[in-house]
Amino acid sequence: MSAVVQTKDLSKRYREKFAVNSLSLTIEEGEIFGFLGPNGAGKTTTILMLLGLTEPTSGQVSVCGFNPTRESLDVKRRVGYLPESPGFYDDLSAQENLLYMARLNRIPEEQARKKTVEVLEQVGLADDGRRLVKEFSRGMKQRLGIAEVLVKNPIAIILDEPTLGIDPDGAIRILEMIKSLNREHGLTVMLSSHQLQQVQEICSRVGIIVKGKLIVQGEMDALGKSILKGRQWNFLLEASGATDGFERDLQNIAGIDEIEKRPHGWFLRCTSDVRSEVVSAVARKGLQLMQLRSEDPTLEEIYLKYFREA
Amino acid sequence: MSVVFWKELADHFSSRRFMILLILIVFSGLWAAYSTGQAIRQNTDTVPSQYAFLLLLTSSGETIFSLATFLGFFGPIVGITLGFDSISGEYARGTLSRVLSQPIYRDSFINGKFLAGLTTVAVLWGSILLLVIGLGTTILGFPPNGEEIWRMLIFTFVGIFYVGFWLALATLFSLLFQKTVTAALASMAVWLFLSLFVSVVSAGIAGLIVPEASTPEALSRRADVENIIDRISPSTLFSESVGILLNPAARVFGMAMQSQAEGILPTPLALDQSLILIWPHITTIFGLVAVCFGISYIIFMRAEIRA
Repeated sequence: MSAVVQTKDLSKRYREKFAVNSLSLTIEEGEIFGFLGPNGAGKTTTILMLLGLTEPTSGQVSVCGFNPTRESLDVKRRVGYLPESPGFYDDLSAQENLLYMARLNRIPEEQARKKTVEVLEQVGLADDGRRLVKEFSRGMKQRLGIAEVLVKNPIAIILDEPTLGIDPDGAIRILEMIKSLNREHGLTVMLSSHQLQQVQEICSRVGIIVKGKLIVQGEMDALGKSILKGRQWNFLLEASGATDGFERDLQNIAGIDEIEKRPHGWFLRCTSDVRSEVVSAVARKGLQLMQLRSEDPTLEEIYLKYFREA
Repeated sequence: MSVVFWKELADHFSSRRFMILLILIVFSGLWAAYSTGQAIRQNTDTVPSQYAFLLLLTSSGETIFSLATFLGFFGPIVGITLGFDSISGEYARGTLSRVLSQPIYRDSFINGKFLAGLTTVAVLWGSILLLVIGLGTTILGFPPNGEEIWRMLIFTFVGIFYVGFWLALATLFSLLFQKTVTAALASMAVWLFLSLFVSVVSAGIAGLIVPEASTPEALSRRADVENIIDRISPSTLFSESVGILLNPAARVFGMAMQSQAEGILPTPLALDQSLILIWPHITTIFGLVAVCFGISYIIFMRAEIRA
């Protein structure tokens, strides 16, 4: 695995204010990286610097091994970028919009036609290719945007707020599409968002940026570990039957750190995955297992924690 | 660059804006040529036979404007109309960052846009000229001679760059203001100033510099100052060069002293002599276009492109 995106002490200053402050970020090949932060945290500015659309004040950037400021064409040939709420030429059809982008990428005409049909199919717009973009809904435009990013056969795609302003159903469709692109085509994906719950399910790794500073980056569960100090396994256990004395049985299971009584059961904070032990303890006691649910810390909790600290 | 160029050109030609301009220009061109043509036919005795075709462009006949004056007036509107939203429109639609994240050089985008605008102007200008030639041949009953064609070609060339100046100016404003309406208004303001008010301003300044204009020398000095200030405006440059170019008999700008005119034979100037007279004008127009476009180019290359 090699790093597709690597930045070191990357900063961008507008007059006195740092929009991005000494950001060091690594995105490995083949992963989905969630770039999270509240509005105005510097996500878009960072992305613009990755693509050479704006110059960094200081620091180093390398995308696919190229410097975006000096070798922006090499970067743009390999990386697809979907800006926040992308615009299209309204008077052209969806396919004509894509063809224009294909031509700008110097894809031969015949190949471009084939490719545009293919990507439209991929994003579920196969029947709408001939319609004018001005008739499109926001969700359709967003999917068209993804189609357009795919036209150039990128090795990595950068999506800025891909689910912004889209209804939950549409957002899930888009995220599933991103995930399948990652899985089936091995695309490296970097997506920025402030909507954590939506995004956390598909990200393999996240970085959280607040006020221009990258506060934390890492794999989801690693982030959870660092926050919840070793108690990363939480379970809700509900069982019915003669439960007297069962709490003592639970205490004897190694790995359970803390037991909290709940209306129909117990909340267990554990240092390891104790589910099988818990199930067999339930069976030994002759109880009926109603439910055993894992309650992992959500990214939201992690995010809010950092968010408040900053 | 050619991709952007062809796309922009197709956009121009299929836009309603272009259709309106085309209809306006074609109809006024036809009308002007027809009415002056009729006037020339009726007064065949007074019309010099040698350059009848050029008269189609310059004489006003029964209409208010001659065609050349009309184009001088209308050209800026064409330029501004084609240019005022070239960059700001892309900003507003959110297409700029998408296009610029494709592997193209930034300058090919702005160059392609500007060239497409210039080509559109050339097509408009060329079509009106061809219309006039065609209609003129029918009405007058003979085709233009070689020199007339050359003069008209150079007239077209100067005209394209004259409109190109306004196109470059509108592009610059569309880059500076990013709001389409502001860009349009700013270009209009500059146009109004340069074509209408500059003569008022120049007369005022000339009056200040040469307050007593009782002797012929002082009068001519005042006129000189006025001329120099007037020539800041591309509209003045255009109308002066057209006046020389399309009227082979003309050999001075504005006023001339009696003594200067003495001994001049009333024969038309050869084409190269006319060209020598207006050469500074042509280079200035060309320079203005280059400066205007150059500024936009530099700003655009360094601009940060947010969605």
